[in-house]
Amino acid sequence: MSVQLWTWLIVGVSFTLYAGIAVWSRVASTKEFYVAEGNVHPVANGMATAADWMSAASFLGMAGIIAFAGRDGGIYLMGWTGGYVLLALLLAPYLRKFGKYTVPDFIGDRYYSSTARVVAVLCAIFISFTYVAGQMRGVGVVFSRFLEVDITLGVLIGTLIVFMYAVMGGMKGITYTQVAQYCVLIFAYLVPAIFISIMLTGNPVPQLGLGGNLVAEPNVSLLDKLDGMQRELGFDAYTAGSASTIEVFCVTMALMAGTAGLPHVIIRFYTVPDMKAARTSAGWALLFIAILYTTAPAVAVFAKTNFITTVHDQPYREIPSWFKTWESAELIGWVDKDSDGRVDYRPGPAFARTEDYPKPTFQHDADGREIRGEHGQLLLHNPPSPGDNEVYVDRDIMVLANPEIAQLPNWVIGLVAAGALAAALSTAAGLLLVISTAVAHDFCKRTVFPNLSEKGELLLARIAAAAAVMVAAYLGINPPGFVAEVVAFAFGLAAASFFPAILLGIFVRRVNREGAVAGMLAGITFTAAYIIYFAFINPTANQPENWLWGISPKGIGTLGMLLNFAVTLVVTFLTPPPPREVQQLVENIRVPVDFAERPAPAEGDRG
Amino acid sequence: MATEIPASAEAKRRAYWRTNLTILAVLLAVWFLASFGCAILWADALDAFRIPGTGFKLGFWMGHQGSIYIFVLLIWIYIWLMNRLDRRYGAGEEFTHQGEDI
Repeated sequence: MSVQLWTWLIVGVSFTLYAGIAVWSRVASTKEFYVAEGNVHPVANGMATAADWMSAASFLGMAGIIAFAGRDGGIYLMGWTGGYVLLALLLAPYLRKFGKYTVPDFIGDRYYSSTARVVAVLCAIFISFTYVAGQMRGVGVVFSRFLEVDITLGVLIGTLIVFMYAVMGGMKGITYTQVAQYCVLIFAYLVPAIFISIMLTGNPVPQLGLGGNLVAEPNVSLLDKLDGMQRELGFDAYTAGSASTIEVFCVTMALMAGTAGLPHVIIRFYTVPDMKAARTSAGWALLFIAILYTTAPAVAVFAKTNFITTVHDQPYREIPSWFKTWESAELIGWVDKDSDGRVDYRPGPAFARTEDYPKPTFQHDADGREIRGEHGQLLLHNPPSPGDNEVYVDRDIMVLANPEIAQLPNWVIGLVAAGALAAALSTAAGLLLVISTAVAHDFCKRTVFPNLSEKGELLLARIAAAAAVMVAAYLGINPPGFVAEVVAFAFGLAAASFFPAILLGIFVRRVNREGAVAGMLAGITFTAAYIIYFAFINPTANQPENWLWGISPKGIGTLGMLLNFAVTLVVTFLTPPPPREVQQLVENIRVPVDFAERPAPAEGDRG
Repeated sequence: MATEIPASAEAKRRAYWRTNLTILAVLLAVWFLASFGCAILWADALDAFRIPGTGFKLGFWMGHQGSIYIFVLLIWIYIWLMNRLDRRYGAGEEFTHQGEDI
């Protein structure tokens, strides 16, 4: 069977499953809609959290980024997993004990301020929309590449599926679809990794294969081989770091604190029965996430090794067919600088970026057909750059192309497409629910119309979810150019705003409204200003020598976070303490039960 | 932890919270040393060593594999310690619904 037929089959079966869950999990109350009645089992919630968290970027993008960044790529691996330690130890159990449905609920009640609540609502909506646009785009790209349907149609199909289970089933529908989606995506990620690990190293466990010796050269380890090939071509060794220590440190910290502060992840911990279940659930979530995150660096090394060996120094006419498929998708480009008809892969860009063509842009004739050069390669508008490198390759294709590069069976390729869709749809649904709760619950019910009836609120939540799905679909079809950048910065913004406010709200009883609001404003203004200046106002100045203490806009959230902590504490101690009932609230969320109502445990229970 | 559990509710609450903070401090110190220490600050120094029998340089392995395993372990150790603490304070068997209805 062809790749396309397999893909239709596997995607079709998985989508039918999601639709079935949607019908089964219809809800009738706001409590079901927002937090699935708060009775999700910790293991199920762990899987749902893992699927919620692992987006199209984790599934498709991360291994590719690591393949081209080498040891420095560890910032993403550590940043996006280490954040769960902060979440599990410092936030999740206490927020669960607090028991309301959303992050703005906590900020609003803890800092006894509607202003703080509204600011939190706006931040949550902004972060979620920038994030969700990337997911819907990912859905469209997978559809267009593997099923050869238009990106727009692909986005619409994805939208329809999300619409079904998010609007009908709310958090309950989303939770159980995410459990199914986790199973699909992790299976789809592991199967090709295991296949390739066996082919390259003979070890079926990719995490061990990464450190193993080659089947072809039993005395050489895979990593040494890749280091050697990279050095020979003029790159840094794969296992050597090249970014500055302070930059690596700050980006990792910003990603960790940002992960812990992202509203769509936190909201998942309100769906379990109690504090103890929130802790256990975080343990399961990180375990399920770690399965993919420890496989990703292995996939990166396998893909990079296979890419170099199959592409470098090959005559273009004999290049494997995947190369040409991705060339047609305009994600790979080749220019024959030395006119030998062979592909040279070396450091540096292959094409120069000009004012007219800031990105690699392919030529088309008047009818929109591709224009080919003498070897049959597609031509670009961009002139060749001065260096020796002849290959432009988009990092995002590594995971999707990996099974083809390794010549795996067609069904594996179809499976990877279904896994990518599962990753994108599960994250999109979680984000859409945050938007819907933020509008219906935090804004309408808690701020504007406190007398809204249960039925009215549920209807409003469904309408908000439906509207958010439409906006997300629109953003997926017409992505604003800045989405990719903004998603990377969303972590810094979350680290500089939500994370310190929630953390101090739990751990420092004395922190008051004035301190928290001033701290959040200081943190987010500083971080956003730095990012906007370097990313949008003056992008040419975005060079290490112009950065504050050598910290890039991606890592600046760490400084923003420290600033937030400092401002919050200084302002807090200059202004009156919070009211008694707020201090009581803080005391309550710190302990699992009210000890005053409870007799001392019997002697035998101790220990 | 052999400390006596105080009798009054207020003192109990304080003692519970103090123990919780101690657990957090120890676990977060390990979290910091594993990731920011071994995989970032001392990565170059650790790269001089290899994990015997594999192609892994130690600093590289900590950044791409080891720190993640340690994170998972840390959360499960935390779960175990906190469940034990809850049991000692007579709050162990809870699986009831918390939080208010709106």
